[in-house]
Amino acid sequence: MRVNFTVNGRKQEADDVWEGESLLYVLRERMGLPGSKNACEQGECGSCTVRLDGVPVCSCLVAAGQAEGREIVTVEGLADYAKHRDDEHPGGGCAGGGCGTSLDAAKRWQAMPHDSQSGEQGTELSPIQQAFIDAGAVQCGFCTPGLLVAADEMLEHTPSPTDADIREALSGNLCRCTGYEKILDAVRLAAARQDEVV
Amino acid sequence: MATTGTPGNITQAHSTGTKGGIGESTLRPDGTLKVTGEFAYSSDMWHEDMLWGHTLRSTVAHAEIRSIDTSEALATSGVYAVLTYDDLPAAMKNYGLEIKDTPVLAHGKVRHHGEPVALVAADHPETARRAAAKIRIDYVDLPVVTDEVSATAPGAPLVHENRDDHHMAHAPHPNIVHRQPIVRGDANAAAARADVIVSGEYVFGMQDQAFLGPESGLAVPAEDGGVDLYIATQWLHSDLGQIAPVLGLPEEKIRMTLAGVGGAFGGREDLSMQIHACLLALRTGKPVKIVYNRFESFFGHVHRHPAKLWYEHGATRDGRLTHMRCRIVLDGGAYASASPAVVGNASSLAVGPYVIDDVDIEALALYTNNPPCGAMRGFGAVQACFAYEAQMDKLAAKLDMDPVELRRLNAMEQGSVLPTGQVVDSPAPVAELLRRVKAMPMPPEQQWVTTEGADVRALPGGLSNTTHGEGVVRGVGYAVGLKNVGFSEGFDDYSTARVRLEVLAGQPVVTVHTAMAEVGQGGVTVHAQIARTELGVTQVTIHPADTQVGSAGSTSASRQTYVTGGAVKNACEAVREKALELGRVRFGTYHPAWATAELLLEGGKVVTDGGEVLANLADVLGTDAIDLELEWRHRPTEPFHPHTGQGNGHVQYSFAAHRAVVEVDTELGLVKVVELACAQDVGKALNPLSVLGQIQGGTTQGLGVAVMEEILVDPKTAKVRNPSFTDYLIPTILDTPTIPVDVLELADEHAPYGLRGIGEAPTLSSTPAVLSAIRAATGLELNRTPVRPEHLTGTSPTS
Repeated sequence: MRVNFTVNGRKQEADDVWEGESLLYVLRERMGLPGSKNACEQGECGSCTVRLDGVPVCSCLVAAGQAEGREIVTVEGLADYAKHRDDEHPGGGCAGGGCGTSLDAAKRWQAMPHDSQSGEQGTELSPIQQAFIDAGAVQCGFCTPGLLVAADEMLEHTPSPTDADIREALSGNLCRCTGYEKILDAVRLAAARQDEVV
Repeated sequence: MATTGTPGNITQAHSTGTKGGIGESTLRPDGTLKVTGEFAYSSDMWHEDMLWGHTLRSTVAHAEIRSIDTSEALATSGVYAVLTYDDLPAAMKNYGLEIKDTPVLAHGKVRHHGEPVALVAADHPETARRAAAKIRIDYVDLPVVTDEVSATAPGAPLVHENRDDHHMAHAPHPNIVHRQPIVRGDANAAAARADVIVSGEYVFGMQDQAFLGPESGLAVPAEDGGVDLYIATQWLHSDLGQIAPVLGLPEEKIRMTLAGVGGAFGGREDLSMQIHACLLALRTGKPVKIVYNRFESFFGHVHRHPAKLWYEHGATRDGRLTHMRCRIVLDGGAYASASPAVVGNASSLAVGPYVIDDVDIEALALYTNNPPCGAMRGFGAVQACFAYEAQMDKLAAKLDMDPVELRRLNAMEQGSVLPTGQVVDSPAPVAELLRRVKAMPMPPEQQWVTTEGADVRALPGGLSNTTHGEGVVRGVGYAVGLKNVGFSEGFDDYSTARVRLEVLAGQPVVTVHTAMAEVGQGGVTVHAQIARTELGVTQVTIHPADTQVGSAGSTSASRQTYVTGGAVKNACEAVREKALELGRVRFGTYHPAWATAELLLEGGKVVTDGGEVLANLADVLGTDAIDLELEWRHRPTEPFHPHTGQGNGHVQYSFAAHRAVVEVDTELGLVKVVELACAQDVGKALNPLSVLGQIQGGTTQGLGVAVMEEILVDPKTAKVRNPSFTDYLIPTILDTPTIPVDVLELADEHAPYGLRGIGEAPTLSSTPAVLSAIRAATGLELNRTPVRPEHLTGTSPTS
């Protein structure tokens, strides 16, 4: 079957998709976007987390056909996505919480062109990506893409999270290397930097 | 000589060194790629016209294979090859780290659940899976051996009928892989002097490394009849040495490049899909990618040895240990893997970081039909630490002493003698680490209480909302452990580094090329720091790890910063000498200091130890490149005597201490680890941020095996019951507490920069500390790990 969807702001179509293929497989093996990781393929580890119409999901549990006509953001598009959100809501997030990205807003969003062949840096890193590097939250890095997508979405809803908020929001993402302490540091750091902008 | 001339326009005085050297928390060079999703892990490899490989694995643990029918699978549309044992091209059909007892594909019989039997290559992974399901195998079940009793009973089936390995000579039974006794002093006589004696039997469950990046790689057939393999592994050259004989190819025809590794923790020391992918690629003439899913990953790598341990300690009334006797039985499963070395560690480290003159130790590993076990972080020392630390608490209770005080009283120190007769000749701050971890501030009582009431997320049971604090009791426990660093028992533990210094775009640039597997630990960061420190050059490139340079040894045993770091340091020093020689030739006539002063490279310049700048390094080099490859070895070790266990078997020791604070819901048997504080001596922190990451990560793996992690094997059928992340639980961010760390840096004069291997020690003591805290909270004996709710509520005696 053919699947039409938008990935990181670009219209895409995938042909000859077998009915049982997951969105994760289509992204990784057909779209050439291997950033979403394949650590358990049963929705337990969160390494494949992407946003589907703004909602974080385990892409291994989404059948490719379910993505028809929808908007997907992967870690590869996170920086552009965050930049766009910043333009809409400077400083990120919404006072009072709970604004997030509406379905409508997700649909209107277009990524900046990014040409990896030319070697040009298309965009800067998103605040959460930079914070993960700065705080030492990346070791083997296999859990990182999923954690980044989940953490970015949490900060959108909860710009000043408590530690308990962070732990709850990231409890679906396993990490085997870090002991999570530096991941907490990274999310706190991103939240603090977000505050400074405001 | 390509260029000559004056040193150039140098006016400033002594530079302030080179940024990004050792001791700084330099950020990872691969960090940006990893946060943008562009870092190429082994499962991300892709090649035009690529096929997908799949492994068919046995559904039974021990069986004779009467026949294999692949015809229907081969006839499936989209299938390019189906291979069985009969298709193996060379006379050598087995591999193994030490004992070559592991079949590439089962022949004649299978010895454990999940053993590879056949391979399929197809144009879609699902096609390969479906074709594999059409392979018909006629099994005839054989009786299984699953523990010491069934494995050594008269007439017990032999897991390997025709053993001829060199460990056989000292193994009391063919189903025992290796046995190591260690006897020192006279434990019987010493026991008579004891005022109190405590003994206990302990059980350590089978833990999985559970690295997140599954086993995967891509094999590409080459025009010369060889193969290029892109692979996630811990030791490229060890893999190569096992792959080549089975493929029947010379090693130079197999070119291996490290693909991105998503964690390892020992689980990638043995081969998984390496040979399988190469076989399929060579047969089909097409690139073949294999990626395990999580289910297959649980069968695709060895696990931590589960163990049964019996311990006896005696002490005088004032708390001095008189003697220790122990017996450690490790279940090695169907194939040897690293079992002999694990036995060596378990026995030689069985006493822990304590001084006991009279000991009688025996450790052995069994062959059974359980899943094969081998290397995992802590490597034999973890199981022993769980038992001897439980014993320390038991002894303290019997003596009515403070358990930390009892440990400090008996703590080893520099100059102490181990049960192997080896003298500890570097700092051993065991008492100091205990003092420090005890002195760290305690988390607040009733930490779940907020201004709005109880935050259930911070209580045992968490979001399940099982309690609001009623029935919750707190306990505090301590533990300390002793781990060796590097490969022991006479192993030629060397590493190789190639360092190139040249001028590019007017600037001096260093390239460091080693075969070290970066598995997430941060070795690439540290190598760049070492090169900056030694060569005074900011811009350092880490060449991808491959087999085009000499072996770096394994990324295990906490050894890479020590050994490959040592090799990089050594190579950099040699390159520096060459550069200074070049400078003397070119500029020596211009300034007498070139001949008379001690010269350094700093900030891209040649400076005297007095701080005078003599030349720009770029001018010294001109268009010349200095390119050297050197091997480096730490001081040698020796094997343990087969009967007495005596010998200088280890090169360095690593120490960590933990304090665990837990809260237990005694009604439901649920545990919340509130805090897990650690104090560790790292000798010298080359990258303090990475050091914390290693300590916190290792601590969390120890926490996991304390309260949740265990591979369950059916004792009747030897089949694995929980091969998934749904049923094999690893700690989430909600299960993992704050992990404050106190880092001590007491230099080991024998090691590069005084450093001490750090990766494993925190995994040792964190498990017994959590158990100790749960015992303190509940008053229960708890001699088994992981602790499950039924052990806390009295609904199951022990297991």
